[in-house]
Amino acid sequence: MIKPKTGPYRLTQGGQIDRTRTIPFRFNNETYTGNAGDTLASALLANGVRTVSRSFKFHRPRGMFSCGMEEPNGLLQVGTGPRATPSARAPFVELTPNLEAFSQSGWPGVAFDVGRALDFTAPMWAAGFYNKTFIWPNWHTYEAAIRRMAGLGKAPTEPDPDRYEVRNLHCDVLVIGAGVTGLKAALEAAHAGARVVLVEQDRLLGGQALWDGSVVESSPATDWIGARTHELDELPGVTLLRRTTAVGCYDHNVLALSERNHPPRAGMPRERYWIARAGRVVLATGAIEQPLIFGHNDRPGIMLAGAIRQYLLRYGVAPGRRVLLAANNESVYGLAKELKEAGVKVLGVVDSRHDVPEATRAAMQSLSIEISLGSIPVDTAGFSALRSVTVGRLSNDGRRINSTQTLECDALAVSGGWSPNLHLFAQAGGKLAYDPVSGSLQPTAPHPSIEIEIAGSAALAIPIGPRVSPVGNTRRQWVDLLHDVTVADLELALRENYTSVEHVKRYTTVGMAADQGKTSAAATLGILARIRGIPAAELGHTTLRPPFTPVTLGAIAGRDIGERYAPSRLLPIHAWHARHGALVRDFAGWQRPVAYMESGESREMATLREARSVRAACGLFDASPLGKIEVQGPDALEFLDRFYINDLKTLQPGRVRYGLMLRETGAIFDDGTVVMLAPGHFLITTTSGNAERVYAWLEEWRQCEWPRLRVAITAVTEQWATISLAGPRARAILSKLDSSIDLTRSEFPHLTMRTGRLLNLPTRIYRVSFTGELTYEINVPAAAGPRLWEALLEAGAPEELKPLGLDALLQLRLEKGFLHVGTETDATTVPADVGWGKVAAQKASDFVGKRSLALPENLRSDRLQLVGLTMEPGRIFVVGSHLRLADSRDPSDGWITSAGTMASTGDPIALAMLRAGHQQIGTEVTVQDGDAVTHARVVSPPFFDKSGGRMHA
Amino acid sequence: MLRIPCPYCGLRDEPEFTFGGPAHVARPPLTADDATWTDYLFGRDNPAGAHFERWSHAYGCGQWFNMVRNTLTHEIVAVYAMGEPKPTLSSS
Repeated sequence: MIKPKTGPYRLTQGGQIDRTRTIPFRFNNETYTGNAGDTLASALLANGVRTVSRSFKFHRPRGMFSCGMEEPNGLLQVGTGPRATPSARAPFVELTPNLEAFSQSGWPGVAFDVGRALDFTAPMWAAGFYNKTFIWPNWHTYEAAIRRMAGLGKAPTEPDPDRYEVRNLHCDVLVIGAGVTGLKAALEAAHAGARVVLVEQDRLLGGQALWDGSVVESSPATDWIGARTHELDELPGVTLLRRTTAVGCYDHNVLALSERNHPPRAGMPRERYWIARAGRVVLATGAIEQPLIFGHNDRPGIMLAGAIRQYLLRYGVAPGRRVLLAANNESVYGLAKELKEAGVKVLGVVDSRHDVPEATRAAMQSLSIEISLGSIPVDTAGFSALRSVTVGRLSNDGRRINSTQTLECDALAVSGGWSPNLHLFAQAGGKLAYDPVSGSLQPTAPHPSIEIEIAGSAALAIPIGPRVSPVGNTRRQWVDLLHDVTVADLELALRENYTSVEHVKRYTTVGMAADQGKTSAAATLGILARIRGIPAAELGHTTLRPPFTPVTLGAIAGRDIGERYAPSRLLPIHAWHARHGALVRDFAGWQRPVAYMESGESREMATLREARSVRAACGLFDASPLGKIEVQGPDALEFLDRFYINDLKTLQPGRVRYGLMLRETGAIFDDGTVVMLAPGHFLITTTSGNAERVYAWLEEWRQCEWPRLRVAITAVTEQWATISLAGPRARAILSKLDSSIDLTRSEFPHLTMRTGRLLNLPTRIYRVSFTGELTYEINVPAAAGPRLWEALLEAGAPEELKPLGLDALLQLRLEKGFLHVGTETDATTVPADVGWGKVAAQKASDFVGKRSLALPENLRSDRLQLVGLTMEPGRIFVVGSHLRLADSRDPSDGWITSAGTMASTGDPIALAMLRAGHQQIGTEVTVQDGDAVTHARVVSPPFFDKSGGRMHA
Repeated sequence: MLRIPCPYCGLRDEPEFTFGGPAHVARPPLTADDATWTDYLFGRDNPAGAHFERWSHAYGCGQWFNMVRNTLTHEIVAVYAMGEPKPTLSSS
């Protein structure tokens, strides 16, 4: 029984589709049928769907132009809902049952589009139009409407339900393209024992040989390909990646590959992004066919000859009923024969060259196919589909047309030459130059730093004849179909003196669309050279950039989304915080409680309660991310002393010195404490955010600048859980726990450190305070942190001991005016700016940053200096507000760096960096927050407990 | 992404390393004048070609080493231990 044909242009035989299996699909809400093996493009063509989109600017009807990833017109929206894919290239969409596809442009539809009216206003949309029109009141008034009219794909709005993966691979040889050349290269390398990866963007290996009926090594190509594929499958060390496009070539033979898993299979990622590190690369990527340039060369039915050939031989689809072929090179003659043999009417071949080989002449004669030499199309007709082509005979010098002839046809195969696909070669710095003989960009030298070999048809330079019609309205001669750029736009750019290729590109947008000029770059260079009257090789070319074809962003992200977006570090006591309602936020990767909200409390209410409890009785704070670094060795003291502005040589055992570390520019880098555990053994602390940075800093100086100092540096930040017990009742509570340490004030004063045992755990306890209260900063091995935390809470229960979060901690430190590195300080703040100038000046020996403190800029009296601010109750200070002195002539004399309220009174307080602030104590300043202007009084911090007696308790 | 040959771990991906600026920058003594000191802080050569620089294998062995890299082609010309003198390059 003869199966019904899937579409009026499907041939009854030929092609590699399975005519026994039909596949229903929908396009623009109409139902069609295709066959197994079809792509969306081939199925649409088989069904006679000619117009699939409307052009970008002029909304002209457009049809399928190519059969590859260079497709400029057949960009369709495939699928609906969260899995929809915008701008899918129809030749690469494999047809699956009930596939839904839509045009992306044209309203109300692609068949009848109101936007076509724009075509009649074409001069308004010439290159650079947005600089000349749509200016009043401003471009943005029109931008949204213009973008909507352009017709772009719609990105899904719901979260992507699919998974993606990023994978890494290493190989000796990466072969890109599995045509005959690529298959041979992969086999040769594999047999030599190399690890080989072969990448092919199609779902099948074999390239063109798969369907063009050629013979390889005396076998029909399909047989040869099958045997070689089997051979590669069996060889160890060979990886075959199908449906995979090499999208980027980077330094040192690192390439990015985009693999599509289609049709989607349950449990598999939708796409994979491979980062490949190759010993060497073989580019067997073939060449991309180029169009001819002539009047109205954009109508549906005008297609690249090689594409028509693939639709014919691979998919069994005729391009039309009456086909004309037009070319400037030898490659179309095979197609003429194949069309005729398939029963399609061939009107003839129009060849812009003045001569063809004798064998070609004879072959066409035997098929009764007429050749018109020295001829080129000059114009076409047909409103929404090709109806006729006007062909002109070129004068001998190619500048004029001597006579014309109009032929009625519904399909025109064009071949304007072949551009080797050298994107990847050029992306990583390979140099190309325009070759006038082949009208294509050719490599000028081997790659300077990447081992990359160009093989097969990618290494060819096929000679061509004239490519561009010398006559006709250049406003209707298209160069870039995707961006609707015409020859007239190129002429305009040159007239307006945008002569370099980079300027022409940006002014006209030629080559800037998603196809990155795959079918326009070559013609553009030829046309620019002709108009300017210089050899095209002198023009250079625009930069080719990755990705070669668009890549789904989700594939690049892979699994690193949601919770995996960034590594998160949990405190040893995290489980307790989470169980007790802590509001947890990210601070330099650590998940830290900001407040412990009780029922009915807001974050601000909880913070106020926590802060007041600390001042009234006691609070418990998890300070575990505090940086802790041990420095040991005979030269440990000498080494450390070179980093702090403080003289460490006078440090006594058991005493804690608070110190500042500077960058070599003199700017404050970090603050922390230094303790001598034993001679030659020191323990320093850093701010939590700088724990890793300070460690790396110490190592850098040790290895690079002072390698002869005998010192070993060990980071122990995560080894110790650090718990701060702060408040007037701290001693009373801590005394209840079993320990070997004498907590009496005289034996354990402020700014000392004791080691011993607590709850039978090794412990290091500091008396340092960030809140201004009596504080014990207790370190125990990290795993025991939760046990100590709970023991302290139990011991403090009668005093209503509760935890406090970061918000309350920072509130309390603000009242005391303690330095918070990175909040008050920036990369220009030196010790004198924050009151530590004398200490730095008193140290005679060298330390990192010392010399910079004597530079004139760091000695100026009008530098920004740390001050406190107070103002009338009832208002609030806002961080970042700018300050102005009473008699100032500058727009800003500084700004507010921290702001809050007093825990006890609720009065507003702030810290700020103010110009010559130390001289301004007691004066009034203006505070500017946007348009709001207030006044504040400059005071000397702290705002609370000025004598500092509470932490010395 | 560069592939960097750590002298201790072998060829590794660039993200494992931290770039440390130019190599062989001598730290002037405290007695240096302001111009010399400021040049040490901020003055940098910007050659089109061989650049002598420091790298640290931060996410690997943690060691600092020196490298000669061509700033135009990213070709890594030489790798040598921290503290070793500048190697002489064959002119090309």
